[in-house]
Amino acid sequence: MLVTVRLFARLREIAGRDEWPQQLPAEATVRTAWDATIREFPALAAYERSLSAAVNADYARFTTPLHDGDEVAFLPPVSGGQTDDSRRPTDARLTTAG
Amino acid sequence: MRPGWAAVTAPSSTSGGYTEIVDPAQPSAVGVAGRQEIERLAVTQTVLDVAAISASVASAATGGLTIFTGLVRDHNGGRRVRWIDYEAHVALAGTVLARIDRETIGRWPGVALAIHHRIGRVGVGEASVVIAAASAHRGDAFAACRFAIERVKQIAPVWKHEHFEDGAVWVEGATADPEDEAALQLAVQRACS
Repeated sequence: MLVTVRLFARLREIAGRDEWPQQLPAEATVRTAWDATIREFPALAAYERSLSAAVNADYARFTTPLHDGDEVAFLPPVSGGQTDDSRRPTDARLTTAG
Repeated sequence: MRPGWAAVTAPSSTSGGYTEIVDPAQPSAVGVAGRQEIERLAVTQTVLDVAAISASVASAATGGLTIFTGLVRDHNGGRRVRWIDYEAHVALAGTVLARIDRETIGRWPGVALAIHHRIGRVGVGEASVVIAAASAHRGDAFAACRFAIERVKQIAPVWKHEHFEDGAVWVEGATADPEDEAALQLAVQRACS
């Protein structure tokens, strides 16, 4: 299948690319797309634990299946969490959520 | 002055010679006649218009209207901020703002909510986000407005690239997860405290 991978903010800056077409095997998930992304841009691997992902226009998990034509986006932590008395969720990571 | 509104001199029976603004059609319904047809939920490159955003939620039944305006301030962490570039996943942001709207109305059913987030370069003193919550009574308007801004901060896919005199940094907080129940409860708690 052919999907479009998109990167935002710091991830986009590190990779030096904002989007590209990515060929993936059948049965691919968000995880498959991420693995392909860090093969191309190994410097992104360190961000895996703080990522969010989106498929098309909705948040997704690493286990979310992809389909031909999907757009999968990888997102660094959003800006808003950093407020006066903010918390940083430790139970909300892609890697631990189903 | 809004189109369709008229400025009239107060009747001589009232003290002083002040001028008040009245809508001839609906003299007691502030906001109705001048209501502008703008989206309630938006991510936009253009300067945020607080009056228009407020008008998009106010009605004749509104007794309380709470507005939160987030501004770019001139300092952060002891450094002088020159401007902030806001970046968003716009399509996802649309989905997320609609979700926050549903979450808010689900808890405060009588409230009408508007959320406008600006993207692109925003200068010091300019608004980056405006939230308006209208309700029959002030309590719900305040609570809904606070809840909505907390949720925007938690889950809206918007990133700040803060520019200083001598460089720029990405501001990163928490990993966004709309299903995170603890974060949701924290927003409710802040809204109701």
